[in-house]
Amino acid sequence: MKPLTAIVFKDIVIELRNKETISSMLLFGLLVIVIFNFAFVPSGAERGLIAPGILWVAYSFAGILGLNRSLSMETDNECLQGLLLAPITRGDLYLAKVAGNFIFAMIAELIILPVFVVFNNLHFDMKIVWVIGITILGTLGFVSIGTTLSMISAHTRMKEVMLPILQIPTTVPVVISAVEATGMVLGEEAQTLPFTLSLLGVFSTVYLTASYFVFEYLVEE
Amino acid sequence: MGRQILGVLSLVAILIALYFALVYAPTESTMGPLQRIFYFHVPQGILSYTCALFVGFGCLMFLVKNDLKWDRLAYCSAELGVLFSTTSMVTGMIWAKPVWGAWWVFDARLTAQLVLALLFVSYFMLRAYLPEREKKARLSTVFGFLAMLDVPINYFSIWLWTTQHPQPVIGGGGMDPQMRTAFLMSITAFGLLYAYLLTHRLAIAKLEDEVEYLEQVQAA
Repeated sequence: MKPLTAIVFKDIVIELRNKETISSMLLFGLLVIVIFNFAFVPSGAERGLIAPGILWVAYSFAGILGLNRSLSMETDNECLQGLLLAPITRGDLYLAKVAGNFIFAMIAELIILPVFVVFNNLHFDMKIVWVIGITILGTLGFVSIGTTLSMISAHTRMKEVMLPILQIPTTVPVVISAVEATGMVLGEEAQTLPFTLSLLGVFSTVYLTASYFVFEYLVEE
Repeated sequence: MGRQILGVLSLVAILIALYFALVYAPTESTMGPLQRIFYFHVPQGILSYTCALFVGFGCLMFLVKNDLKWDRLAYCSAELGVLFSTTSMVTGMIWAKPVWGAWWVFDARLTAQLVLALLFVSYFMLRAYLPEREKKARLSTVFGFLAMLDVPINYFSIWLWTTQHPQPVIGGGGMDPQMRTAFLMSITAFGLLYAYLLTHRLAIAKLEDEVEYLEQVQAA
Protein backbone atom coordinates (compact mmCIF):
# COMPACT_ATOMS: atom_id res chain seq x y z
CA MET A 1 0.00 0.00 0.00
CA LYS A 2 1.31 3.47 -0.90
CA PRO A 3 2.01 5.75 2.10
CA LEU A 4 -0.59 8.31 0.97
CA THR A 5 -3.30 5.64 0.71
CA ALA A 6 -2.14 4.17 4.01
CA ILE A 7 -2.72 7.49 5.83
CA VAL A 8 -6.25 7.77 4.37
CA PHE A 9 -6.89 4.12 5.31
CA LYS A 10 -5.58 4.78 8.85
CA ASP A 11 -8.06 7.67 9.27
CA ILE A 12 -10.93 5.49 8.01
CA VAL A 13 -9.99 2.64 10.38
CA ILE A 14 -9.84 5.04 13.37
CA GLU A 15 -13.24 6.44 12.40
CA LEU A 16 -14.73 2.95 12.02
CA ARG A 17 -13.48 2.11 15.52
CA ASN A 18 -14.56 5.19 17.46
CA LYS A 19 -17.28 6.60 15.12
CA GLU A 20 -16.78 10.07 16.61
CA THR A 21 -16.19 12.40 13.66
CA ILE A 22 -19.01 11.46 11.28
CA SER A 23 -21.61 11.00 14.03
CA SER A 24 -20.87 14.41 15.60
CA MET A 25 -20.84 16.13 12.17
CA LEU A 26 -24.09 14.46 11.22
CA LEU A 27 -25.93 15.27 14.42
CA PHE A 28 -24.70 18.86 14.43
CA GLY A 29 -25.69 19.36 10.76
CA LEU A 30 -29.19 17.99 11.40
CA LEU A 31 -29.58 20.20 14.49
CA VAL A 32 -28.66 23.28 12.46
CA ILE A 33 -31.35 22.44 9.87
CA VAL A 34 -33.95 21.92 12.61
CA ILE A 35 -33.01 25.12 14.47
CA PHE A 36 -33.09 27.23 11.28
CA ASN A 37 -36.54 25.87 10.46
CA PHE A 38 -37.72 26.88 13.96
CA ALA A 39 -36.11 30.30 13.64
CA PHE A 40 -37.50 31.23 10.22
CA VAL A 41 -40.64 29.06 9.89
CA PRO A 42 -40.35 29.37 6.08
CA SER A 43 -43.43 28.83 3.96
CA GLY A 44 -43.92 28.49 0.19
CA ALA A 45 -41.76 30.92 -1.80
CA GLU A 46 -39.72 31.92 1.27
CA ARG A 47 -38.62 28.32 1.65
CA GLY A 48 -37.06 28.34 -1.83
CA LEU A 49 -35.05 31.46 -0.93
CA ILE A 50 -33.89 30.34 2.51
CA ALA A 51 -33.41 26.57 2.00
CA PRO A 52 -30.05 26.68 0.09
CA GLY A 53 -28.61 28.95 2.79
CA ILE A 54 -29.78 26.63 5.57
CA LEU A 55 -28.26 23.62 3.81
CA TRP A 56 -24.86 25.27 3.39
CA VAL A 57 -24.77 26.70 6.91
CA ALA A 58 -25.43 23.14 8.15
CA TYR A 59 -22.67 21.76 5.88
CA SER A 60 -20.21 24.50 6.94
CA PHE A 61 -20.75 24.17 10.69
CA ALA A 62 -20.66 20.37 10.52
CA GLY A 63 -17.53 20.60 8.34
CA ILE A 64 -15.74 22.83 10.86
CA LEU A 65 -16.55 20.33 13.60
CA GLY A 66 -15.02 17.49 11.57
CA LEU A 67 -11.92 19.49 10.61
CA ASN A 68 -11.32 20.48 14.24
CA ARG A 69 -11.35 16.82 15.22
CA SER A 70 -9.20 15.69 12.30
CA LEU A 71 -5.96 17.53 13.08
CA SER A 72 -6.32 17.84 16.86
CA MET A 73 -6.47 14.01 16.87
CA GLU A 74 -2.99 14.02 15.30
CA THR A 75 -1.46 16.70 17.54
CA ASP A 76 -2.97 15.67 20.91
CA ASN A 77 -0.91 12.50 21.38
CA GLU A 78 2.04 13.57 19.20
CA CYS A 79 0.74 11.22 16.46
CA LEU A 80 1.84 13.83 13.93
CA GLN A 81 5.48 13.02 14.69
CA GLY A 82 4.77 9.45 13.54
CA LEU A 83 3.08 10.70 10.39
CA LEU A 84 6.09 12.90 9.61
CA LEU A 85 8.26 9.79 9.52
CA ALA A 86 6.23 8.48 6.57
CA PRO A 87 8.34 8.45 3.37
CA ILE A 88 6.26 11.13 1.64
CA THR A 89 6.52 14.87 1.15
CA ARG A 90 4.64 17.25 3.47
CA GLY A 91 2.46 18.15 0.49
CA ASP A 92 1.43 14.51 0.04
CA LEU A 93 0.64 14.34 3.76
CA TYR A 94 -1.65 17.33 3.24
CA LEU A 95 -3.37 15.59 0.28
CA ALA A 96 -3.90 12.46 2.40
CA LYS A 97 -5.53 14.50 5.18
CA VAL A 98 -7.67 16.36 2.61
CA ALA A 99 -8.82 13.01 1.18
CA GLY A 100 -9.77 11.72 4.65
CA ASN A 101 -11.59 14.91 5.60
CA PHE A 102 -13.37 14.97 2.24
CA ILE A 103 -14.62 11.38 2.64
CA PHE A 104 -15.95 12.01 6.17
CA ALA A 105 -17.58 15.30 5.20
CA MET A 106 -19.22 13.76 2.13
CA ILE A 107 -20.63 10.83 4.13
CA ALA A 108 -22.16 13.22 6.69
CA GLU A 109 -23.50 15.54 3.97
CA LEU A 110 -25.02 12.73 1.93
CA ILE A 111 -27.03 11.74 5.01
CA ILE A 112 -27.94 15.37 5.85
CA LEU A 113 -29.16 16.05 2.27
CA PRO A 114 -32.12 13.59 2.17
CA VAL A 115 -33.27 14.89 5.58
CA PHE A 116 -33.08 18.42 4.19
CA VAL A 117 -35.12 17.32 1.13
CA VAL A 118 -37.81 15.78 3.35
CA PHE A 119 -37.98 18.74 5.78
CA ASN A 120 -38.35 21.18 2.89
CA ASN A 121 -40.89 19.11 0.91
CA LEU A 122 -38.63 18.86 -2.14
CA HIS A 123 -38.64 15.96 -4.62
CA PHE A 124 -35.96 13.32 -5.10
CA ASP A 125 -35.39 14.07 -8.80
CA MET A 126 -32.56 15.24 -11.11
CA LYS A 127 -32.28 18.52 -9.20
CA ILE A 128 -30.98 16.60 -6.19
CA VAL A 129 -28.35 14.93 -8.39
CA TRP A 130 -27.19 18.43 -9.33
CA VAL A 131 -27.19 19.46 -5.65
CA ILE A 132 -24.99 16.42 -4.91
CA GLY A 133 -22.58 17.61 -7.63
CA ILE A 134 -22.48 21.10 -6.09
CA THR A 135 -21.99 19.51 -2.65
CA ILE A 136 -18.95 17.57 -3.95
CA LEU A 137 -17.37 20.71 -5.46
CA GLY A 138 -18.18 22.91 -2.46
CA THR A 139 -16.94 20.34 0.05
CA LEU A 140 -13.68 19.94 -1.87
CA GLY A 141 -13.14 23.73 -1.70
CA PHE A 142 -14.11 23.79 1.97
CA VAL A 143 -11.80 20.98 3.09
CA SER A 144 -8.91 22.04 0.82
CA ILE A 145 -8.40 25.24 2.84
CA GLY A 146 -9.96 23.85 6.03
CA THR A 147 -7.31 21.14 6.38
CA THR A 148 -4.53 23.76 6.28
CA LEU A 149 -6.36 26.07 8.66
CA SER A 150 -7.07 23.24 11.10
CA MET A 151 -3.33 22.50 11.17
CA ILE A 152 -2.65 26.18 11.93
CA SER A 153 -5.31 26.35 14.65
CA ALA A 154 -4.05 23.07 16.20
CA HIS A 155 -0.87 24.97 17.20
CA THR A 156 -2.75 27.76 19.02
CA ARG A 157 -3.85 27.96 22.64
CA MET A 158 -7.58 27.99 21.73
CA LYS A 159 -7.69 25.52 18.86
CA GLU A 160 -11.47 24.84 18.91
CA VAL A 161 -12.27 28.55 18.85
CA MET A 162 -9.60 29.53 16.37
CA LEU A 163 -10.64 27.30 13.45
CA PRO A 164 -14.08 28.90 12.87
CA ILE A 165 -12.51 32.37 13.19
CA LEU A 166 -10.04 31.52 10.42
CA GLN A 167 -12.29 29.28 8.34
CA ILE A 168 -15.52 31.30 8.04
CA PRO A 169 -14.12 34.49 6.42
CA THR A 170 -11.79 32.56 4.09
CA THR A 171 -14.55 30.25 2.82
CA VAL A 172 -16.98 33.07 2.01
CA PRO A 173 -16.45 32.52 -1.77
CA VAL A 174 -17.27 28.79 -1.41
CA VAL A 175 -20.39 29.38 0.66
CA ILE A 176 -21.69 32.21 -1.57
CA SER A 177 -21.05 30.27 -4.80
CA ALA A 178 -22.51 27.04 -3.42
CA VAL A 179 -25.62 28.76 -1.99
CA GLU A 180 -26.17 30.60 -5.29
CA ALA A 181 -25.67 27.41 -7.33
CA THR A 182 -27.99 25.36 -5.10
CA GLY A 183 -30.63 28.13 -5.25
CA MET A 184 -30.35 28.22 -9.07
CA VAL A 185 -30.75 24.45 -9.38
CA LEU A 186 -33.68 24.25 -6.96
CA GLY A 187 -35.33 27.35 -8.49
CA GLU A 188 -34.65 26.27 -12.10
CA GLU A 189 -32.83 29.55 -12.90
CA ALA A 190 -29.52 28.31 -14.22
CA GLN A 191 -28.27 31.31 -16.24
CA THR A 192 -25.08 31.92 -14.23
CA LEU A 193 -24.67 28.33 -13.01
CA PRO A 194 -21.53 27.62 -15.15
CA PHE A 195 -19.84 30.76 -13.73
CA THR A 196 -20.74 29.77 -10.16
CA LEU A 197 -19.49 26.21 -10.62
CA SER A 198 -16.26 27.40 -12.25
CA LEU A 199 -15.71 29.74 -9.28
CA LEU A 200 -16.01 26.73 -6.96
CA GLY A 201 -13.55 24.84 -9.20
CA VAL A 202 -11.09 27.77 -9.23
CA PHE A 203 -11.26 28.07 -5.44
CA SER A 204 -10.56 24.37 -4.91
CA THR A 205 -7.70 24.34 -7.45
CA VAL A 206 -6.06 27.48 -6.03
CA TYR A 207 -6.23 26.26 -2.44
CA LEU A 208 -5.23 22.67 -3.13
CA THR A 209 -2.17 23.94 -5.02
CA ALA A 210 -1.21 26.72 -2.58
CA SER A 211 -1.74 24.54 0.50
CA TYR A 212 0.24 21.69 -1.07
CA PHE A 213 3.29 23.97 -1.21
CA VAL A 214 2.88 25.83 2.11
CA PHE A 215 1.95 22.80 4.26
CA GLU A 216 5.60 22.05 5.03
CA TYR A 217 5.81 25.37 6.94
CA LEU A 218 3.07 24.16 9.29
CA VAL A 219 4.57 20.87 10.42
CA GLU A 220 7.92 20.49 12.12
CA GLU A 221 9.64 17.50 13.64
CA MET B 1 15.02 62.06 9.35
CA GLY B 2 13.33 60.66 6.23
CA ARG B 3 10.32 59.67 8.32
CA GLN B 4 9.92 63.17 9.76
CA ILE B 5 10.00 64.64 6.22
CA LEU B 6 7.39 62.12 5.13
CA GLY B 7 5.26 63.07 8.16
CA VAL B 8 5.45 66.81 7.39
CA LEU B 9 4.75 66.14 3.70
CA SER B 10 1.66 64.06 4.51
CA LEU B 11 0.38 66.72 6.93
CA VAL B 12 0.77 69.46 4.27
CA ALA B 13 -0.82 67.21 1.62
CA ILE B 14 -3.80 66.49 3.92
CA LEU B 15 -4.38 70.23 4.47
CA ILE B 16 -4.22 70.89 0.70
CA ALA B 17 -6.48 67.88 0.01
CA LEU B 18 -9.00 69.21 2.57
CA TYR B 19 -9.08 72.55 0.76
CA PHE B 20 -9.54 70.83 -2.61
CA ALA B 21 -12.24 68.48 -1.33
CA LEU B 22 -14.25 70.98 0.72
CA VAL B 23 -13.75 74.29 -1.18
CA TYR B 24 -12.24 73.83 -4.65
CA ALA B 25 -14.34 70.88 -5.93
CA PRO B 26 -17.82 71.89 -7.21
CA THR B 27 -20.91 70.67 -5.36
CA GLU B 28 -22.46 67.63 -7.02
CA SER B 29 -25.92 68.34 -8.51
CA THR B 30 -28.01 65.46 -7.09
CA MET B 31 -26.40 64.59 -3.75
CA GLY B 32 -25.14 68.08 -2.85
CA PRO B 33 -22.37 68.48 -0.24
CA LEU B 34 -22.85 64.87 0.86
CA GLN B 35 -20.93 63.70 -2.21
CA ARG B 36 -17.73 65.31 -0.83
CA ILE B 37 -17.27 62.27 1.42
CA PHE B 38 -16.26 60.52 -1.82
CA TYR B 39 -12.82 62.26 -1.57
CA PHE B 40 -12.18 60.45 1.72
CA HIS B 41 -14.12 57.23 1.26
CA VAL B 42 -12.65 56.07 -2.09
CA PRO B 43 -8.93 56.58 -1.21
CA GLN B 44 -9.48 54.67 2.04
CA GLY B 45 -11.14 51.82 0.14
CA ILE B 46 -8.25 51.72 -2.35
CA LEU B 47 -5.70 51.79 0.48
CA SER B 48 -7.39 48.88 2.27
CA TYR B 49 -6.79 46.75 -0.84
CA THR B 50 -3.22 48.11 -1.10
CA CYS B 51 -2.69 46.89 2.47
CA ALA B 52 -3.98 43.43 1.46
CA LEU B 53 -1.47 43.43 -1.41
CA PHE B 54 1.37 44.29 1.00
CA VAL B 55 0.26 41.62 3.49
CA GLY B 56 0.25 39.01 0.71
CA PHE B 57 3.65 40.22 -0.56
CA GLY B 58 5.17 40.28 2.95
CA CYS B 59 3.90 36.76 3.66
CA LEU B 60 5.17 35.42 0.34
CA MET B 61 8.61 36.98 0.91
CA PHE B 62 8.79 35.56 4.45
CA LEU B 63 8.05 32.09 3.09
CA VAL B 64 10.85 32.49 0.54
CA LYS B 65 13.49 34.37 2.59
CA ASN B 66 12.57 33.39 6.18
CA ASP B 67 13.53 36.91 7.34
CA LEU B 68 11.45 38.49 10.13
CA LYS B 69 11.47 41.89 8.40
CA TRP B 70 8.95 40.50 5.87
CA ASP B 71 6.73 39.25 8.69
CA ARG B 72 6.87 42.75 10.18
CA LEU B 73 5.84 44.22 6.82
CA ALA B 74 2.89 41.81 6.68
CA TYR B 75 1.50 42.50 10.14
CA CYS B 76 2.15 46.25 10.05
CA SER B 77 0.27 46.39 6.72
CA ALA B 78 -2.51 44.27 8.22
CA GLU B 79 -2.86 46.78 11.08
CA LEU B 80 -3.24 49.59 8.57
CA GLY B 81 -5.62 47.34 6.63
CA VAL B 82 -7.90 47.14 9.67
CA LEU B 83 -7.70 50.94 10.00
CA PHE B 84 -8.46 51.77 6.35
CA SER B 85 -11.10 49.10 5.77
CA THR B 86 -12.90 50.29 8.93
CA THR B 87 -12.73 53.99 8.03
CA SER B 88 -13.86 53.27 4.45
CA MET B 89 -16.88 51.34 5.82
CA VAL B 90 -17.69 54.09 8.35
CA THR B 91 -17.47 56.88 5.74
CA GLY B 92 -19.54 54.70 3.39
CA MET B 93 -22.21 54.27 6.09
CA ILE B 94 -22.31 58.03 6.75
CA TRP B 95 -22.99 58.49 3.01
CA ALA B 96 -25.44 55.57 2.72
CA LYS B 97 -27.84 56.58 5.52
CA PRO B 98 -29.21 59.73 3.81
CA VAL B 99 -28.83 58.40 0.24
CA TRP B 100 -30.00 54.76 0.58
CA GLY B 101 -31.98 55.26 3.79
CA ALA B 102 -29.97 52.56 5.60
CA TRP B 103 -26.59 52.51 7.36
CA TRP B 104 -25.76 49.13 5.92
CA VAL B 105 -27.04 46.79 3.21
CA PHE B 106 -25.50 43.44 2.31
CA ASP B 107 -24.45 44.79 -1.07
CA ALA B 108 -21.60 43.27 -3.11
CA ARG B 109 -18.93 45.91 -2.41
CA LEU B 110 -19.88 46.46 1.21
CA THR B 111 -19.71 42.75 1.89
CA ALA B 112 -16.37 42.43 0.09
CA GLN B 113 -15.01 45.24 2.29
CA LEU B 114 -16.43 43.66 5.45
CA VAL B 115 -14.94 40.24 4.64
CA LEU B 116 -11.58 41.91 3.94
CA ALA B 117 -11.71 43.59 7.37
CA LEU B 118 -12.66 40.24 8.98
CA LEU B 119 -9.68 38.54 7.29
CA PHE B 120 -7.34 41.20 8.72
CA VAL B 121 -8.87 40.79 12.19
CA SER B 122 -8.67 36.95 11.98
CA TYR B 123 -4.98 37.32 11.14
CA PHE B 124 -4.46 39.30 14.37
CA MET B 125 -6.54 36.91 16.44
CA LEU B 126 -4.33 34.08 15.22
CA ARG B 127 -1.14 35.98 16.08
CA ALA B 128 -2.50 36.72 19.56
CA TYR B 129 -2.97 33.01 20.30
CA LEU B 130 0.39 31.80 18.99
CA PRO B 131 3.23 31.44 21.50
CA GLU B 132 6.83 32.04 20.36
CA ARG B 133 7.92 34.76 17.92
CA GLU B 134 9.23 32.34 15.26
CA LYS B 135 6.14 30.14 15.36
CA LYS B 136 3.92 33.19 15.33
CA ALA B 137 5.66 34.47 12.21
CA ARG B 138 5.63 31.12 10.39
CA LEU B 139 2.03 30.10 11.05
CA SER B 140 0.47 33.54 10.67
CA THR B 141 2.41 33.97 7.42
CA VAL B 142 0.80 30.86 5.95
CA PHE B 143 -2.65 32.12 6.99
CA GLY B 144 -1.89 35.65 5.73
CA PHE B 145 -0.74 34.29 2.37
CA LEU B 146 -3.83 32.07 1.95
CA ALA B 147 -6.19 34.81 3.17
CA MET B 148 -4.79 37.36 0.73
CA LEU B 149 -5.10 34.82 -2.12
CA ASP B 150 -8.74 34.72 -1.08
CA VAL B 151 -9.28 38.47 -1.60
CA PRO B 152 -9.66 38.47 -5.44
CA ILE B 153 -11.75 35.25 -5.47
CA ASN B 154 -13.90 36.70 -2.74
CA TYR B 155 -14.34 39.92 -4.72
CA PHE B 156 -15.55 38.03 -7.81
CA SER B 157 -17.82 35.67 -5.87
CA ILE B 158 -19.56 38.57 -4.18
CA TRP B 159 -20.27 40.03 -7.64
CA LEU B 160 -22.72 37.16 -8.07
CA TRP B 161 -24.99 39.38 -6.03
CA THR B 162 -26.56 42.45 -7.60
CA THR B 163 -25.04 45.70 -6.41
CA GLN B 164 -26.60 49.07 -5.69
CA HIS B 165 -23.22 50.65 -4.98
CA PRO B 166 -22.40 53.54 -7.39
CA GLN B 167 -20.33 52.33 -10.35
CA PRO B 168 -16.76 53.67 -10.77
CA VAL B 169 -16.57 57.06 -12.48
CA ILE B 170 -12.83 57.58 -12.05
CA GLY B 171 -11.61 55.63 -15.07
CA GLY B 172 -14.76 56.09 -17.16
CA GLY B 173 -14.30 59.79 -17.93
CA GLY B 174 -17.58 60.71 -16.19
CA MET B 175 -15.92 62.95 -13.62
CA ASP B 176 -15.78 66.76 -13.63
CA PRO B 177 -12.14 67.98 -14.17
CA GLN B 178 -12.17 69.95 -10.89
CA MET B 179 -13.53 66.94 -9.05
CA ARG B 180 -10.85 64.79 -10.66
CA THR B 181 -8.13 67.19 -9.45
CA ALA B 182 -9.58 67.16 -5.92
CA PHE B 183 -9.77 63.36 -5.99
CA LEU B 184 -6.16 63.00 -7.21
CA MET B 185 -5.03 65.42 -4.48
CA SER B 186 -6.93 63.39 -1.91
CA ILE B 187 -5.48 60.10 -3.06
CA THR B 188 -1.95 61.59 -2.99
CA ALA B 189 -2.49 62.85 0.57
CA PHE B 190 -3.80 59.49 1.76
CA GLY B 191 -0.98 57.70 -0.07
CA LEU B 192 1.59 59.83 1.76
CA LEU B 193 -0.19 59.27 5.08
CA TYR B 194 -0.15 55.52 4.44
CA ALA B 195 3.58 55.59 3.61
CA TYR B 196 4.29 57.60 6.78
CA LEU B 197 2.21 55.35 9.04
CA LEU B 198 3.71 52.18 7.54
CA THR B 199 7.35 53.30 7.86
CA HIS B 200 6.70 54.55 11.39
CA ARG B 201 5.00 51.30 12.43
CA LEU B 202 7.77 49.21 10.82
CA ALA B 203 10.39 51.09 12.85
CA ILE B 204 8.43 50.44 16.08
CA ALA B 205 7.95 46.76 15.15
CA LYS B 206 11.71 46.40 14.63
CA LEU B 207 12.35 47.90 18.08
CA GLU B 208 9.78 45.53 19.61
CA ASP B 209 11.61 42.55 18.08
CA GLU B 210 14.96 43.83 19.39
CA VAL B 211 13.55 44.30 22.90
CA GLU B 212 12.08 40.77 22.82
CA TYR B 213 15.43 39.36 21.70
CA LEU B 214 17.30 41.22 24.47
CA GLU B 215 14.80 39.96 27.07
CA GLN B 216 15.39 36.40 25.87
CA VAL B 217 19.18 36.87 26.06
CA GLN B 218 18.89 38.30 29.55
CA ALA B 219 16.61 35.45 30.68
CA ALA B 220 19.08 32.91 29.30
